Amino acid sequence: MDGTPWPQSALAPDGPAARAILEIGWVLTGLSGFVVLLVAAALLIAILRRHDYEATAAPLPVSPDLVRKIRGERESLEPTPGESLPLEAQAGAGLGRRREVRRDTLPDDQRGVRWILAGGVAFPVVVLVPLFVLTMRSLAAVEARDVEPDLTIEVIGRQYWWEVHYLDDAGNRLFETANEIHIPVGRTVLVRLLSADVIHSFWVPRLAGKLDMIPGKMNQLRIRADEPGEYRGQCAEYCGLQHAKMAFLVVAQPEEEFEAWAVRQALPAAAPADSLAARGRDVFLRSGCAVCHAIRGTPAAVADLGPDLTHVASRRTLAALAIPNNRGHLGGWIADPQAIKPGNLMPAVPLSAADLQALLHYLEGLR
Amino acid sequence: METGTAPRFDTHRYFVVDEERSREFERVWGAAGGILGYLREINNIPIAQRYIFASFAFFLVGGAFALLMRTQLAVPENDFLDPRTYNQLFTMHGTTMMFLFVIPFIEAVANYFLPLMLGTRDLPFPRMTTLALWTYIWGGLFIFTSFLFGVAPEAGWFAYVPLSNREFSPGLGMDFWDIGLSVAEIAAMGAGAELLIAVLRMRAPGQALHRLPIFAWAMIVFAFMIIFAFTPLIVGTLMLELDRKALTSFFVPENGGDPLLWQHLFWFFGHPEVYIMFIPALGMVSQIVPVFARRPLVGYPLIVMALVAIGFISFGLWVHHMFATGLSPTALGFFAAASLLIAIPSGVQIFSWIATIWTGRPVWKTPLLFVAGFILIFVMGGVTGTMVGSVPFDLQVHDSFFVVAHFHYVLIGGVVFPFYAMLYYWLPKVTGRLLSERLGKWQFWMMLISFNVAFFPMHFLGLLGMPRRVYTYEAGLGWDTLNLVSTIGAWAFGLSAALIVVNVVWSLKRGKPAGANPWNAGTLEWWEPSPPPNAQFKFIPFVRSREPLWDQETLGPLPEEEHEERLMEPLRSAPTRWRGALVVSVLDARPIAIVQMPRSTIWPFVMSVGFVVTFAGLLLENLWILGPGLAIIGISIIGWFWPDKDQDAAIEEIGTEPGPGKLPLAVAGPISNGWWAMLVFLLVMATALATFIASYFYLGDGPGWPPVAPPARSATLATLAAALLAATTYLFARGVRRKNLRARRIGLIATTALALAFLFPAYGAWTELGLRARESAYASAVVTILGFEWLMALVMLVLLGGAIAWAFTKPKDPRGDGIAFLAELQGYFLAASWAVVFVILYLLPRLW
Repeated sequence: MDGTPWPQSALAPDGPAARAILEIGWVLTGLSGFVVLLVAAALLIAILRRHDYEATAAPLPVSPDLVRKIRGERESLEPTPGESLPLEAQAGAGLGRRREVRRDTLPDDQRGVRWILAGGVAFPVVVLVPLFVLTMRSLAAVEARDVEPDLTIEVIGRQYWWEVHYLDDAGNRLFETANEIHIPVGRTVLVRLLSADVIHSFWVPRLAGKLDMIPGKMNQLRIRADEPGEYRGQCAEYCGLQHAKMAFLVVAQPEEEFEAWAVRQALPAAAPADSLAARGRDVFLRSGCAVCHAIRGTPAAVADLGPDLTHVASRRTLAALAIPNNRGHLGGWIADPQAIKPGNLMPAVPLSAADLQALLHYLEGLR
Repeated sequence: METGTAPRFDTHRYFVVDEERSREFERVWGAAGGILGYLREINNIPIAQRYIFASFAFFLVGGAFALLMRTQLAVPENDFLDPRTYNQLFTMHGTTMMFLFVIPFIEAVANYFLPLMLGTRDLPFPRMTTLALWTYIWGGLFIFTSFLFGVAPEAGWFAYVPLSNREFSPGLGMDFWDIGLSVAEIAAMGAGAELLIAVLRMRAPGQALHRLPIFAWAMIVFAFMIIFAFTPLIVGTLMLELDRKALTSFFVPENGGDPLLWQHLFWFFGHPEVYIMFIPALGMVSQIVPVFARRPLVGYPLIVMALVAIGFISFGLWVHHMFATGLSPTALGFFAAASLLIAIPSGVQIFSWIATIWTGRPVWKTPLLFVAGFILIFVMGGVTGTMVGSVPFDLQVHDSFFVVAHFHYVLIGGVVFPFYAMLYYWLPKVTGRLLSERLGKWQFWMMLISFNVAFFPMHFLGLLGMPRRVYTYEAGLGWDTLNLVSTIGAWAFGLSAALIVVNVVWSLKRGKPAGANPWNAGTLEWWEPSPPPNAQFKFIPFVRSREPLWDQETLGPLPEEEHEERLMEPLRSAPTRWRGALVVSVLDARPIAIVQMPRSTIWPFVMSVGFVVTFAGLLLENLWILGPGLAIIGISIIGWFWPDKDQDAAIEEIGTEPGPGKLPLAVAGPISNGWWAMLVFLLVMATALATFIASYFYLGDGPGWPPVAPPARSATLATLAAALLAATTYLFARGVRRKNLRARRIGLIATTALALAFLFPAYGAWTELGLRARESAYASAVVTILGFEWLMALVMLVLLGGAIAWAFTKPKDPRGDGIAFLAELQGYFLAASWAVVFVILYLLPRLW
């Protein structure tokens, strides 16, 4: 990671989609804060206005005026003017002889109902209608469905890594890589999202919002990075045991750098440079690695259960960002992948120490 | 006599009976004794106490799970828990809190307090309450058993396919989840239906709809929402289980299924579920606010309208859980608008309470404090809800810790805080002793502060990119400090929430006696002594106000209510040989009938055991367990419905015919609760069929659907049988109404023959199709719809069996009429639902 303290933060946007989302986010946050303060203030004043600490919670007496109004002028009971009497006192001795006074409508109620309608209906409507318009406009900007992409990439979610294909204009696959997506700076990239097993979700917070990868369905997301750099992404839909360790990098590079990278990636694997590497290639081909992993330019070019390793040494990390890509970690990973990322689909391959060293030497040459 | 409060029993002649009658009344409603008696108990008071206890225990367990998870997340790359355990814990935390705590707890509280608030002696179906209790306990333990076998479910409480399907979760864990959940859900639906009928029909005279306590209104909305939301979930889990057992292909894309169908079904339940939990909490708050503001609620009609509006709108929101699945802008716009709209009724509620407090003279007691905390926290959760309702923002924070923060503000703020307010308010009624105010206030402030320490940082974690449901995270992403703070807050919150246990224990030992009405509240539950006896409402009160204890001089009848007083005479500390209760008209609560209630019985317990054995048999696919389970259920059904001597006594004493100044005994037809329960059952079944049909159309959203117009020969025959069955149903029901025994018997026999005949072509329609359901989503949809019709025909046959048994043995007995009227409803439903199925499965494909 190139030193940024928030490599995966939606608050540090570096592309048009993430930036548009952050803008509406600020509006929403401001409004939310305002509403919370408003309600909190109303509540606090309501409670503190005229509260009692220790009174028994007897119902408020009904005012004598109201009693008179409800019972009618003929009622004999005449409360002292200005004095509030408890209801029972007014009711007098004879049970059930007078009509009873309901408290359903106290004089304050009309005022209260006006407050309810103002605060509970009018205010939300006034706020929500513009908010909805803003939402729909922001959504159009974020999705950018009418922007022509400069490059199309296909990303396939897998338990628990990312298979990445670069496509030509006709939609044919050019070359394959894994867990690391290189894009040219300032260009709109269309990412086609697919899944090979369960539902995953593609999320690079600094570039765009997330979009799900669903078996049997293709979703499309447009991303653009305005600065060169590394942008961390992570699976955002629970996909099983190692959902937590299913991350990836988007590497934005200046155009020429990206082109050079793409040309290199499209080449078949380098031939073994020395005899140790040649032995390593044989280990790869006969020890079962080739059942899942492809290395283009060798007889093992078709397997697609695990990441394509044609240029594995050029990648920054292994196992979907779980470990850095260096000899020690690679060796540890091959020796016991379940210790590093329990539940991932790679089995441990029993190799002699010499074989392992040869294999590591060979893989390190795959730049 | 307390100021402003009606006396419990005044000198009104209504409350005067001789001592012997009083004693006999108490005896007939008395508790069953001994261990067997414990299992036979069905009275709502003890049953609801067990219910409350069980659901609160699940709450503590679910909370402990959360603390384990927070401990794991306290520091980056922690290995306190392994990934599998963490995933199991978050799955079970959600499942436990939603299904085993909140919903059962609400129903438990309602079981206890609704009859008290409504002025009735028990719920309409005490045996069903008991069955629901035991079934719920077994269902919950069933899910937890999976821990013992080391196969706890780990696909999340939302169980998204394909992850939860057989290919990616092959163990028994998800089967435990699926089956245990269905058991608990069915129990919840039974309890919900019961509460609905209780509010609609079992009230004190005069408690018209416009005088209902808001909590009762909330339970009406709650019950309807349960019916319309839980049914699709149960249908969905059934589909998932069939898929998992490799019988169907609803969610398998290779066979034409669609994983998104599960999400639609799940969230069509899941979003209303939030409001199902929240609406009763609103009702509780609306009971508490007026008492401590010391004045009636401001805007009662507005609150009722808001409750109903929330119920409706909440069914139009489910897609906002799916904004990131790749939907069209039109769909996104519609559901975003609906998500914002719900702010309006919620705002109405909040401002009603504030206006009530504003215009009253509030008293600082613990329940009011918790209400204030609820309003504050809930509003914070509400505004972040509006934020995630705004689609672009949601695309960033969806499935991140921002959402975790949001819904814990909504659920802890909107449900748990009201629960605590309610516990402090209502527990003195249950235990007869006051809780400590001082400890209560301490607890409130500790919970309020620690809650915010635990959950407020999560907003930032989400914005900083931390996804949900991760068992660990890398250092250096800016998440470390916030996570540590959140974990400390979570522990503090957990401990302060558990303080209620200390307070309850203290109050049981040292608490001041509460008396009948410690808060001087106005609603009926405070008229009965604390704790209320099993024989509650010896004298059914006359209600003329929303707060009768505040406004009424007496809870006896007024002179102008002489007629009602005479009608109520058989219920005045009576009947004494059997348990009797009052049935009122829905709108204005006029007394219309007396209903005989069952006495203690073992059958609900036995049947719940049958359920759990049956489900274990299904889980293990073992006929030696399944068979005995079904046998236990069958035996307990017979035992349950076997006519008992209380019924005979009631029919003899009261009679089923109304007379001048005399209420009839409700046994058969629309006057009886059983008939209403049948209506609710059919509503559930109609919802289930609608779910199957909606799934059929959803799966067919594409070319080549259906693959071929299905052969319609058998289906046409079935249609013929269904049409004739409707006609003969009319015949026998008319025979019952007109007391024409010949028409009744002939009609019943003919209907039985037709229902049997219907089974053959309905099965033939499936074999004619010649497709395998495990290989085709289309065939899966068809076979479940046909299976549903089969089930409806079997229910019809069971009811007809009962109706025929009465018609040929005791044709004059009104109980036979009752079951015949139920069969009538089922007959029409069978015919009508088949007509719909025929049009959709067989006619529509031929029209285009």
